[in-house]
Amino acid sequence: MSDLADLYQQVILDHNRRPRNRGRLPTANRVAHGDNPTCGDQCSVYLQLDGDRISGITFDGSGCAISQASASLMTVQLKGKTAAEAENLFGVFHEIVTTGKEPEEISDIGAFAGVHAFPARIKCATLGWHAALNALKGDPVPATTETYKD
Amino acid sequence: MPSWPNFRADFPVLHQQVNGKPLVYLDNGATTQKPRRVIDALVRYYERDNSNVHRGLHALSMRATDGYEGARARIARFINAADPAEIIFTRGTTESINLVARSWGHAHLKPGDVVLTTEMEHHSNLVPWQQAAKASGATLKYVPVLGADAEGGLDLAALDALLTPAVKLFAFTHISNTLGAINPATELCRRARAVGAVTVIDAAQSIGHAPLDVQALGCDFLAFSGHKMCGPTGIGVLYGRRALLDQLAPDETGGGMVVSVTYEGATWKPAPERFEAGTPNVADAIALGAACDYLDALGRDQIAAHDAALSGLAMEKLSTLPGIRIIGPRVGTPRSGLVSFAFEGVHAHDIVTFADEDGVALRGGHHCNQPLMRKLGLTSTTRASFYLYNTPEEIDTLVASLRRILKFFAG
Repeated sequence: MSDLADLYQQVILDHNRRPRNRGRLPTANRVAHGDNPTCGDQCSVYLQLDGDRISGITFDGSGCAISQASASLMTVQLKGKTAAEAENLFGVFHEIVTTGKEPEEISDIGAFAGVHAFPARIKCATLGWHAALNALKGDPVPATTETYKD
Repeated sequence: MPSWPNFRADFPVLHQQVNGKPLVYLDNGATTQKPRRVIDALVRYYERDNSNVHRGLHALSMRATDGYEGARARIARFINAADPAEIIFTRGTTESINLVARSWGHAHLKPGDVVLTTEMEHHSNLVPWQQAAKASGATLKYVPVLGADAEGGLDLAALDALLTPAVKLFAFTHISNTLGAINPATELCRRARAVGAVTVIDAAQSIGHAPLDVQALGCDFLAFSGHKMCGPTGIGVLYGRRALLDQLAPDETGGGMVVSVTYEGATWKPAPERFEAGTPNVADAIALGAACDYLDALGRDQIAAHDAALSGLAMEKLSTLPGIRIIGPRVGTPRSGLVSFAFEGVHAHDIVTFADEDGVALRGGHHCNQPLMRKLGLTSTTRASFYLYNTPEEIDTLVASLRRILKFFAG
């Protein structure tokens, strides 16, 4: 049970039960869709990009607690960030979910460290982030986890 | 539960702990475990008889050939095919259906024709027909699944309107891998034949779970996988009526399937060799024959009764869980040995991860049934699928595990 308790931390359960920034964003000027064909999880990310800065961000979709909580927490973390800051943060997040190492300065996304013990779930945790990065790049191609090296 | 001997001792893999708990293997819809007899057949072949078939004149090659052709005859008997030549070895259900879709589809489909399938098909009996329709200009139509209150069954009332003389082929599943619904295959074949349509049955979920007789079903083609009936992975069968097979061009060409070859061209052997280019999967075919022996020694009637008793018991116990939505035929309607279900607010993948912690192996997801999931308003379900070695106690373990999961997510 210890690995599972690590995986489903309180922060994750909370974001799964009460997702933040869920739904379409009427003012969005960027949107990208992510698919995980292995399990059918889906995630759309809506961005309002003012210059280089994310002034609004929401997500929509369906999937497991890990994917939904990750997308929810991501919207909280990315609001107000620049595109470069968002990419950096994804690098940090990716490191956390693949190695389990928690950086001290960033609190909430550290909750996803437990994912690293469940390799099959890493793609769940990164689905929303891949969609967000695609939206930032203005990439019209839907994100799919199959093309990422997680 | 009717009494049924415990066959767990025959299956080495079942005797292990997963995450510190005894393995409760309830993912038989995906693949079944292998009895010692099948594993021994594989080992024996590689230790004593391994050789190439049909071409060698030495002792080992003759033994391998006898084993391979003996397996073909055994499988013909297993499904009551009229002739062993009607058994084509493939990699599995998917390759079998693709073979029909390409070879038969290429020869017979043209613009204006209709290929009919159903809304409950696994992607393996859906995408090949989409491709065949695209390649030929034929139209693909679907027999609807009754939704909402009568989740699971085919809408047979809609079938007459769909089964017009334009329908050249009707492909349908015997048992739905997601719903557990058992389709009236004999009636479907009869109605299809009345309009002159060729029938293809996807028997992936029914093979090895109940007696199966292709002549009584009246089908033209039938596809299944060895690994879902206690056999090895990588071997499957396409049954085809001899008269149809001999009219078809091969899908793959090469060694073993030709009568004579010149620099200008080649002529084909009759079925089954025509459809088995290259060195076949001898070892797995022989082990599949051993799986037929094993299942018939137990009795497929009894296996079917055991499966149905377990799924009935599972339906009864699962229905006591708060907020559960059980997919598929209602109580009192025929159901195979599987139960799919969903909970509001707890995703199937989270359930499967938690159940694994209790040693319970389940399947969660769309079950290669994305269009059906959409139709039922679901993104995923959790599926428990039973087989001859499962016990009522394992259903209690499943239900206890689910209770713990629901409590955890209810917070």
